[in-house]
Amino acid sequence: MTTNPSSTEQINRDLFRPNRQLNKWVELVVKTIFALFALVSVATTIGIVLTLIFETFAFFSEIPIWRFLTDTQWTPRFFNPQYGIFVLISATLLTSTIAISVALPVGLLSAICLSEYAPAKIRRWLKPALEILAGVPTVVFGYFALLLVTPFLQKIIPGLQGFNALSAGLVLGVSIIPLVASLSEDAIYAVPRSLREGAYALGATKRETIVGVVLPSALSGIVASFVLAISRAVGETMIVAIAAGQNPTLGLNPFVPVMTMTAYIVQASLGDTPAGSLAYRTLFAVGMTLFLITLALNIFSFWFVRRFREKYE
Amino acid sequence: MFSQNTRLASVASILALALAVTSCSSNGGNQASSPSPTGAANTPGGGDTAVNTTNTSNTTTSNLSGNVTVDGSSTVFPISEAMAEEFQKANPGVKVTVGKSGTGGGFKKFCNGETDISNASRPIKPEEVDLCKKGNVEYVELPVAYDGLSVVVNPQNTFAQCLKVDELKKMWEPTAQAKVTTWNQIRPSFPNERIGLYGPGTDSGTYDFFTKAIVGEEGKSRGDYTASEDDNTLVQGVSADKGGIAFFGYAYYAENKDKLKLVAIDGGKGCVEPSEATINDGTYQPLARPEFIYVKKTAASRPEVKAFVEYMLAPANKKLISEVGYVPLPDELLTEVQARFQAGKVGSIFEGKGSQVGLTLKDLLKQEK
Repeated sequence: MTTNPSSTEQINRDLFRPNRQLNKWVELVVKTIFALFALVSVATTIGIVLTLIFETFAFFSEIPIWRFLTDTQWTPRFFNPQYGIFVLISATLLTSTIAISVALPVGLLSAICLSEYAPAKIRRWLKPALEILAGVPTVVFGYFALLLVTPFLQKIIPGLQGFNALSAGLVLGVSIIPLVASLSEDAIYAVPRSLREGAYALGATKRETIVGVVLPSALSGIVASFVLAISRAVGETMIVAIAAGQNPTLGLNPFVPVMTMTAYIVQASLGDTPAGSLAYRTLFAVGMTLFLITLALNIFSFWFVRRFREKYE
Repeated sequence: MFSQNTRLASVASILALALAVTSCSSNGGNQASSPSPTGAANTPGGGDTAVNTTNTSNTTTSNLSGNVTVDGSSTVFPISEAMAEEFQKANPGVKVTVGKSGTGGGFKKFCNGETDISNASRPIKPEEVDLCKKGNVEYVELPVAYDGLSVVVNPQNTFAQCLKVDELKKMWEPTAQAKVTTWNQIRPSFPNERIGLYGPGTDSGTYDFFTKAIVGEEGKSRGDYTASEDDNTLVQGVSADKGGIAFFGYAYYAENKDKLKLVAIDGGKGCVEPSEATINDGTYQPLARPEFIYVKKTAASRPEVKAFVEYMLAPANKKLISEVGYVPLPDELLTEVQARFQAGKVGSIFEGKGSQVGLTLKDLLKQEK
């Protein structure tokens, strides 16, 4: 760099073309570091999937897949091993369905209430109250279901077992209400004010506006929250392991003890299942099934959101 | 309303805390970590003046320090826990942690060198003997008490007062899976009610012993029952299930007498309920069994471990065993067991055959001599 004050041209050139060599390096280093951090989660996912695939493959090399799909019992760790995955799937389906039938209506209606009806004062404490519910550990929910909800339900429903899918499902539903409520509420809140005003201008009542304009506009966000809640219900472990019992029964009777996929994974990994044994591989086969179910749900949700997203300028 | 919500949350978290505390073994509070010179005598006034509160055993000194790790059978757990509690009161410097991952799970950790003492509700199995060989763990096998493995039903169950061994077999054998589901299949005079089966899982020594004694072969049973390694879960299940039946160590019945009903067992000589008398005179068959601790040989030379094992075997502490619901060994047998520990006799008197039904420890210890 010259420091000749007379050559103003030179100075100008330097001004408009400064030396950016160092900046380029710093930029590159920063980019690499950020990329590495982003890769951590991707690599973890890939690692998990590979482990699942590898062990599941080993499992199916010993047990034919048709047995996995057609056996009507699930007793992999006993003298007479049976590998009917549908026993566990039916239990998961049962508890999740009960949970969803609680969480969806309650969650959606509280979201509408929060977003459309609640005055600012009430909204200020109602929303944190919901978040608190989200902060309760699932273990607590599990014992709440087992020691409080079940005895209460037994007074109403004769023949209800001490461990049952019903009580676990209901409490599971309560535990995912905040998820549905806060995500749906975000979607509803994001609907532009102009749409509501337009509806009012055409003479619609508040209810008609919400049902006819606001909800359809927020539909994709609401459905996304539903699917996420379903995934959560399917993957929930502690509540069903504690309150639904650990008895593998096929069928959809909500009054008897059932064993969900997650409850089996808990039970088998608590004991001593020697690595490499068939019983150990059942863990991964069950895990794989669980993974495929939630993956399918997420793909569906992704597709739905892309397909039905409303864009507002 | 908001304050009510926070109150709910705090109540819930307190509940969780309480659960966490009760499910962990309580440790004896403050740890005075005074260096323990091995083989040193009581040095009076070493800054560690613990008040000996009615110390039942005078073999222990109160300037011990260190950790003793115990894991294994959930059936033996109440004994170890009660002993650990009292022992820590007398020796504030020692921390004894007691886990309950089942007999099988306990041996796994033990043979891996992770624990000092392994609780077992059955003798060590051949594959576990090999496992310990692989891990270079030598052990001393010590019987500590007798248990009358108890079969219990729901208090509302009025018909199953006494069950024959072959009736229990009918209920639990592998071929019963998905077929035997109602009480009248067990005995025609019983009502046509659903049976709710609860029992320990396959990692449990209680399961091994029960299948051996009732079904006839260790590890053979149906698999469609509520299996849990946590006996409290089983208690919870039966007490809320009108047609429920379960089996576990007597201690868990003793602790929950108000929620459960004991079933007498007919092993061919009439109905007998488990009790101190019937276990001692050998009439409670085939479900009476000894309970063991296995002590790692290298750990036994550590003063805190040695003191704790001696504490468990001291005749003065027998009442702790009775308190939790098990039957202490008679004094003459205790002396034999103590001698066995002092001599550091490694290996198993059962030659690693696992569960055996209807044996007497007396004969076995004599045989060995």
